[in-house]
Amino acid sequence: MVNPLTVPSSPAAPGRPSEFDTTKARKQSTLILRRFFRHRLAVGSLIVFLLIVSFGFLGPLFWTISVDDTSSRGYLPPSADHPLGTIQTGKDMLAQLIRGTRLSVQIALVVAFGSTFVGVVLGALGGYLRGLTDTLIGRFTDLMLILPQIAVAAILVRGLDGSWYTVALILAAFGWMSVARITRGETLSLSEREFIEAARASGAGTRWVIFRHLIPNMIGSITVNATLAVATAVLAEAALSFIGLGVRSPDTSLGLIISENYSQITSRPWLFWGPFVVIVLLSLAVNFIGDGLRDAFDPRQTKVRA
Amino acid sequence: MFRYIIRRLLVSIPMLAIGSFLTFLMVSASGNPIAELRAKPGVNEATIRTLEDELGFNKPILIRYWDWIVDFVQGDWGRSIALGAARAEVFPEVSRALWVTARLVIGAEILAILLGVTVGVLAAVKQYSIFDYLATSTAFLMFSMPIFCVAVILKNYGIKFNNVLESLGMDRWLSTVSPAAGGFQGSFGEQVFKYTGTYLLPTLSLMLISFAAYSRFQRASMLETLHSDYVRTAKAKGISQRRVIFRHAFRNAMIPVTTLFSLNAAALLAGAIVTETVFGWKGMGALLVQSVRSFDTPMLMGWLMVTATLVVVFNLVADMMYGFLDPRIRLG
Repeated sequence: MVNPLTVPSSPAAPGRPSEFDTTKARKQSTLILRRFFRHRLAVGSLIVFLLIVSFGFLGPLFWTISVDDTSSRGYLPPSADHPLGTIQTGKDMLAQLIRGTRLSVQIALVVAFGSTFVGVVLGALGGYLRGLTDTLIGRFTDLMLILPQIAVAAILVRGLDGSWYTVALILAAFGWMSVARITRGETLSLSEREFIEAARASGAGTRWVIFRHLIPNMIGSITVNATLAVATAVLAEAALSFIGLGVRSPDTSLGLIISENYSQITSRPWLFWGPFVVIVLLSLAVNFIGDGLRDAFDPRQTKVRA
Repeated sequence: MFRYIIRRLLVSIPMLAIGSFLTFLMVSASGNPIAELRAKPGVNEATIRTLEDELGFNKPILIRYWDWIVDFVQGDWGRSIALGAARAEVFPEVSRALWVTARLVIGAEILAILLGVTVGVLAAVKQYSIFDYLATSTAFLMFSMPIFCVAVILKNYGIKFNNVLESLGMDRWLSTVSPAAGGFQGSFGEQVFKYTGTYLLPTLSLMLISFAAYSRFQRASMLETLHSDYVRTAKAKGISQRRVIFRHAFRNAMIPVTTLFSLNAAALLAGAIVTETVFGWKGMGALLVQSVRSFDTPMLMGWLMVTATLVVVFNLVADMMYGFLDPRIRLG
């Protein structure tokens, strides 16, 4: 669709822009981005988040000691060769931490995308189609909610393997329910609006209405919830790996690293505080970004920030 | 009201049945002790056969499920099938573990609600004060903290604190192990001393995490109510600040928090599992880890049925609290 404001007015004298040419249409996304970037805490958190991500993904380029290098002695204190010391098997802690950060971030992102996608599609289907579909999806959601996520995930991971993507997919499979509930509620109210009625009257199918009309109108709450899901996933994965039923060797994660080293907190504190700082910064940053996004998408809520 | 409760519980029965079927499939698919035994070298094939017969693994899975659920509804929850362990009965084992966990969780949850709601309300009433910033940032930090890290840190300082006590010639107070099975012995003073020492750190770690969620939620909901029109009307009529806050705003601001109470059930359970792991308690957490490791189907099924029922009850209680706090919601 052509925006009448941005169409160059042809009768204007050549070389001199007419006053309409200089007026740019403000897109919704520009406004949201601008509001987000005005939120200092959120921008700071975004920078921290990007730093952590690049620590995990670009770290191996700069820190060349292999994660599997066991040539050093175990439990060396921090030194120039091993800034965070070595763990029991003689592996370098910094290399472990880089790899754990990368896998934890990967898991969290997969879980957030996966659970948001499933939740949004199921919630929108239920809320839009109503009737039997809604009842079935609703009952299924209730069913999934009464099974404790950590226990079911532990059972499935034990049966499959402890690789990072297995853990991520299982956590996603048991983490979509709250998104589905929220999406359903919003879809119910959106479905009553005229533009949905108009779309249906002009012959739009269910898929078209959901992906072209409903989801773009819910993008604010979807984005915010997906961001918060990243933080939840970081913590859920860490808890699962901590009790020894999540990510297993040869893969690793921040939770697993803490679980392997927390008994050393008194004698070798650096082995605990290193991964601890990364995990807390990661989930803190993501939570703040989510907060900033919420304010950016819905400026009316800014006063009532939680 | 009574009919409502009965109906809700009846509706949840088919749900629990389907849930039990799904989890039975999952648990069985994850592996079984027989396969574990086969994988070990040097185990007599005849021994495996006998054990397979005894544990019923020679039957198809649907029949095994049927056998299990028929026994289960009659109150026979079966025996553990973990290898190399005494085949403990499931029901006493799960109820023992539940009792250990419940004593921890109930105390922590009550404290978390009381503290969270109080701090949330105060932070909202004194918005943008130093107290508000402190409370909000603490809550945010706790909210982003893995609960086992809180537990590990508390345990670390608990041990240091104990060492200080000992160097001063006193008894070690804070305990970092499971509570003694036979209850606490000694005079009343000694019992209180041991009780607080055992429960303080685990309760504190579990409480801090729940507290974060409650206070954040309560603050947001209280702020929203304080900005609403009817509160402004109440203020305009000249009603005292205290009365406006407690009679008008607070009661309504409690309503959204009840949602959190029901949603928190699962989080609380997960929190209890890791807290128990850190402090070495022999509760539901240890039972879960041990049963998952040994593919102990009857034990896991008992565990899951108990926790799933608890979640159902939690949700029901939350819905009843809705009705109690908000007269517009009629349950019937």
